[in-house]
Amino acid sequence: MAWPFLPSDPILSLRAIAVTRGGVPVLSDVSFDLGAGEAVILRGPNGSGKTTLLRTIARLQPPLSGEILGEVDDIAYAAHADGIKGALSVAENLRFWADVFGTGAIDAALSAFDLRGLRDRAAQHLSAGQKRRLGLARLLVTGRRIWALDEPTVSLDAASVALFADALQGHLTAGGAAIIATHIDLGFDARVIDVSAFRAVACDDFDGAFL
Amino acid sequence: MSLWEYANPAKFMGLSARVLPVVAVLSGVCLAVGLIWGFFLTPDDFRQGSTVKIIYLHVPSAMMAINAWVMMLVASLIWLIRRHHVSALAARAAAPVGMVMTLIALATGAIWGQPMWGTWWAWDPRLTSFLILFLFYLGYIALWEAIEDPDTAADLTSVLCLVGSVFAALSRYAVNFWNQGLHQGASLSLDKKENVSDVFWFPLLVCIAGFVLLFLALVLMRTRTEIRSRRLHALRMRARMG
Amino acid sequence: MIRLVLRDLALAVRAGGGFGLGLAFFLIVVVLVPFALGPETTLLAVIAPGVLWLGALLACLLSLDRIFALDFEDGTLDLLACAPVPLEGVVAAKAAAHWITTGLPLTLAAPILGVLLNLPGPGFWWLVISLAIGTPALSMIGAFGAALTVGLRRGGLLLSLLVLPLYVPTLIFGAEVARRGAVAMTLEAPLLLLAGITLGVLALLPFAAAAALRINLR
Repeated sequence: MAWPFLPSDPILSLRAIAVTRGGVPVLSDVSFDLGAGEAVILRGPNGSGKTTLLRTIARLQPPLSGEILGEVDDIAYAAHADGIKGALSVAENLRFWADVFGTGAIDAALSAFDLRGLRDRAAQHLSAGQKRRLGLARLLVTGRRIWALDEPTVSLDAASVALFADALQGHLTAGGAAIIATHIDLGFDARVIDVSAFRAVACDDFDGAFL
Repeated sequence: MSLWEYANPAKFMGLSARVLPVVAVLSGVCLAVGLIWGFFLTPDDFRQGSTVKIIYLHVPSAMMAINAWVMMLVASLIWLIRRHHVSALAARAAAPVGMVMTLIALATGAIWGQPMWGTWWAWDPRLTSFLILFLFYLGYIALWEAIEDPDTAADLTSVLCLVGSVFAALSRYAVNFWNQGLHQGASLSLDKKENVSDVFWFPLLVCIAGFVLLFLALVLMRTRTEIRSRRLHALRMRARMG
Repeated sequence: MIRLVLRDLALAVRAGGGFGLGLAFFLIVVVLVPFALGPETTLLAVIAPGVLWLGALLACLLSLDRIFALDFEDGTLDLLACAPVPLEGVVAAKAAAHWITTGLPLTLAAPILGVLLNLPGPGFWWLVISLAIGTPALSMIGAFGAALTVGLRRGGLLLSLLVLPLYVPTLIFGAEVARRGAVAMTLEAPLLLLAGITLGVLALLPFAAAAALRINLR
């Protein structure tokens, strides 16, 4: 057993989280638990605050109120921007992150996203879909337990989406967990949370003193 | 009842509305009395002639130029530690006032220096320090203006103010090292022998009080403006959220 | 952190212009000086240490906005903030990479340009030593400025406005060491002060810069 936790133990808990984007409260009172082996899909129209919520979960921005329980060093975040350097090759890009996260091996990640044939190609010559695959392969080398993914399947074709779904499934069976903002069906059971249900209505706390 | 209650914008607006007119009038009275006394009712200096009278503008503005920065530093610290919006806005409000004080000190210094030293400008440590201080004000204000989100701007300018203060102090000593200058010693120091004589001293004190009150009035006024503009911003946001 | 330095160096080498641009700028500034002030060698010898220091400082300034901007745009900074590396360490690594790509080449090139400006004999060593001690501070202060302005669209000019006043003490002591070295005066005091500033800056500014980065990433 990779993780010394029972599957039922939540590894991440959001308690009454409220978040702001550009100074405007977008979501409030978001609460859910995430257990090992579990995936949560965030849905909601554009601008409803999915990205902001994910950034908050990744501790990139503080919540306006509420608290997030769980290890900070458990989360791997992936967003629209993949942090890929065009001047470096696919393998070099990946190895950099493997070294930063102290995991080392990149071969498994390359295979999982069918990047072996491209390993020495400079990342600037990759297509958008290939770049995206490289960005997702990065998740595998982080060795982190919780993936916070923001629209991971953008610009992926059907075959690549299947690769991603496989990788995700493997991650979940190994005791990992994922929070994914996406619109497409990934082909497996996951809890769906519609964030529009948490839309912030009043701004009591924020700037309230100025009103 | 704690002092921090006035960090609430509404409370601050209420208090400052009452305090501001008093401070403004007092500052006007002090400045009028001090300047008239200083300019017309004191004898000419035996060495410097009537040019010495610019001291009534020069010394208080130079003091306020530095005090304004210190006030911004304190306000920035309060914002970073306790996150009171009024504090950040007061720091923002004080910056242009401090910058103008620095300019007045530099300009009156030049006007005084011309007949005394025979030059408008010399790379004297004090003059140079004030020029550098002016540059710090410029950068601080430019950073405030450049950032759209008010809280981000408050955070970043506070960090800049902290680091800037250290570097401003460093620059002061570096400049002292670099050039020992023409400037006379401090006009006001605790060492009584160095001080100017009492005839000049009393009107000067009145002028300094006037400048402090003027600074206070201007900062209060500008902080009130900033709070109102923040309030407008918040109302617009609320309207957009529907 | 070493990985981060190495990666930045690899990027600078491959993207081109990393090493070259600052050096070329330094060369041009130094070449322009005699055109502006006349070819008199005695005059040039007097101003050489100051001109070389100022040229190195400006060349350093040129590449500051790239310290964080590229990583901010492509999301690397977000990912690094989540990585098990303290952001302070990221800042230090970035400043170190900036120094290796600009400060170090400038230091090594300075004596060659010193020949052009007729720098007196004993001045060469002290010029190199003062630059070697002072330029790390320039990179670190610059990284702080870059961290403050990373989220801004037109941050370049503002960055210069913020950073240049912060460069004053380093420039004063650095140029003083070089000047005294050139005329064979004692220079212990400015040398120690320069070293003190550099050490202080290296010790403290990573924290301020990391704080600024965290604010900008929110």
